[in-house]
Amino acid sequence: MNIRIKLALALALAGVVALVGALTSSASHRATPYKVAFIYVGPHNDGGWSQAHEQGRLYVQKALGSKVQTTYKENIAVGAQFAQTVQSLVAQGYKLIFATSYGYLTKAFVAKYPDVLFEQATGTDQTKNLAEYFGRAEDTVFLSGMAAGAASKTGKIGYVVPFPIPEVIRHANAFALGAQLMHPGATVSLVWTNSWFDPAKEKKAAQSLVTAGADVVGQNVDSPAAGQYSESAKIPWVGYDSDAKKFAPKSWLTASVYNWGPYYLKRVKAAMNDTWKTGFYYGTIKDGFTKLAPYGPGVTAATKAKIAAYQRKLVNGSFYEFQGPLYDQSGKLRVKKGVKMDILTGGTNSLYGMNWLVKGVIGSAKG
Amino acid sequence: MNNSLLIVLIASGIAYGTPLLYASLGELLAERSGVLNLGVEGMMLVGAVMGFWTVQRVHTSAGIALTAAILVAALAGAVMASIHAFLVITLRASQIVSGLALTIFAGAAGLSSYLGNDLNLSDAPARHTFHAVFPASMQRWSVIGPIVFGQDILVYVSWACVIAIWLYLSRTRPGLNVRSVGESPAAADTMGINVTSYRYAHTLAGGAFAGVAGASITLAITPQWVNGITGGAGWIAIALVIFAFWRPELCLVGAYFFGALQALAPQLQARHISLGPTVLWTNALPYVMTIVVLVVVSSGTARSRLGAPAALGNAYAREER
Repeated sequence: MNIRIKLALALALAGVVALVGALTSSASHRATPYKVAFIYVGPHNDGGWSQAHEQGRLYVQKALGSKVQTTYKENIAVGAQFAQTVQSLVAQGYKLIFATSYGYLTKAFVAKYPDVLFEQATGTDQTKNLAEYFGRAEDTVFLSGMAAGAASKTGKIGYVVPFPIPEVIRHANAFALGAQLMHPGATVSLVWTNSWFDPAKEKKAAQSLVTAGADVVGQNVDSPAAGQYSESAKIPWVGYDSDAKKFAPKSWLTASVYNWGPYYLKRVKAAMNDTWKTGFYYGTIKDGFTKLAPYGPGVTAATKAKIAAYQRKLVNGSFYEFQGPLYDQSGKLRVKKGVKMDILTGGTNSLYGMNWLVKGVIGSAKG
Repeated sequence: MNNSLLIVLIASGIAYGTPLLYASLGELLAERSGVLNLGVEGMMLVGAVMGFWTVQRVHTSAGIALTAAILVAALAGAVMASIHAFLVITLRASQIVSGLALTIFAGAAGLSSYLGNDLNLSDAPARHTFHAVFPASMQRWSVIGPIVFGQDILVYVSWACVIAIWLYLSRTRPGLNVRSVGESPAAADTMGINVTSYRYAHTLAGGAFAGVAGASITLAITPQWVNGITGGAGWIAIALVIFAFWRPELCLVGAYFFGALQALAPQLQARHISLGPTVLWTNALPYVMTIVVLVVVSSGTARSRLGAPAALGNAYAREER
């Protein structure tokens, strides 16, 4: 080989080495963004639950800019798919993972990743790297039930529900109590879809309820399909967990919605400053964590005023929907007069243990 | 009366069975020409997303937008089917492998999902949807009101399609040719029938029907776009073709039966009729029925006795034995 070519090659090699060195050193000088991941049970744009979390993620990203790198994984089923997703996120350097659905995380699972911080929505297990968060949606679901009760002429209300777990059961109960406040003696019929997000099943559930006599439809599931059906059937509709008015502009009454962003921001900041601690956060209307979505045209001024009055009472503590006397479906007294249900303690008479339906709810608490 | 369980089940069985009917008619055409296409689910999803896209983006009157959407969905389904046709007819690849690959490529984790995200179609209702054609007063007529007059145009068109396909296959010369291509392509070839073009034409037609089936979901039943909105309907449609002994009129019966089956679980719950855990009814029943049908007809003798095209699943190469 010609000496000049050898020389040129050596120079080129030196240049490459120098360049690589320069690049790596500049990379190490730049602050690496803190990596936060969100795992959704449905699509990020489901028009419901997962979309509300996605808005929370965007809120964090906007507030912290280049200091954080956030991502989401959508349509992740509980179980093996979830485990694989976490494994790959951890491998990519994600340090804080928000698992946004019931049943994703267990103590044993998070123990496998001691250097990663986990937060789970709607659960109860806590360890030093697993925190739980949710909020008093039952309060706002109760208020949305008031709108449904006021809109019902016959007192027969349908409610589309996903899984027979305490979270859903207490929402169904709160909804029924709200409806009965405005329409004494109102009944709430349940149809279970056994899915958080399934537009086809939710539509069929709503249709079944309406053909069976319901004149208002509410839901605890995530898609707006029941609302689209209600719009076509000219039946008032109460949504859940996102403002879905555009899917049913005439039928829309309101919905209990979540604002996850501020909580996420607080926790991400804490994790970045190494001040993150496990905990059990249960947000309230006062915190701005839950609220009612803007009303649709079917809610009268009188109803709005009454809902506003009860919202004030809920905030100042002079009213609580799960305060005794509360009767179950068979008419048996379950919670004695004056007793307030606690979040975690009290077995089946706690918010997180409730497995019975209040008087006036028609359907099985076992799905 | 019109809200009694039986009437509601029949009426909603027709409505929910219509996508199944379109998809199974398409699959029937392809299979009658000897091409098994397991890509129905994928083709439906691409049709569903493209039909929905058309309605969202073409800003004209409802009638034109919906017609355009159906045409675009049919075209999209046919384009998907052309991949399968090229692989199995021209390249003589395994029909089963190619069909499965098509569903994976186009399906809930593939092209349809990419298009839905890229075209930003989620989180908005369809701008136009198919509504019941007849006036509300007619829909209130006893019994036939909800069943016959409570349906949208896609349902009536599907009835016309059933009759047309039945006449085509049983009463016309090209229909006879299709059947001979599906039964014995070598004999058909000897008779001067162009096996390749018949198989291409019917595979593409099958794709077009699957595309329309998908659009009927996103524009009539649940007028929105979400990933995987067909929820396995394509697989049920494939089973339906067997269930219907490869006859279009029985596809209609089967599709409506499966449609009614999907409506049964929520109806029973809403009417407070308890038949065990609902998870069984809501999630499993249509699929259990599909499996039962497939198991029953999967043996070779049962298939030929039930009227399966003899050359179904086999590639044809002239002078090869």
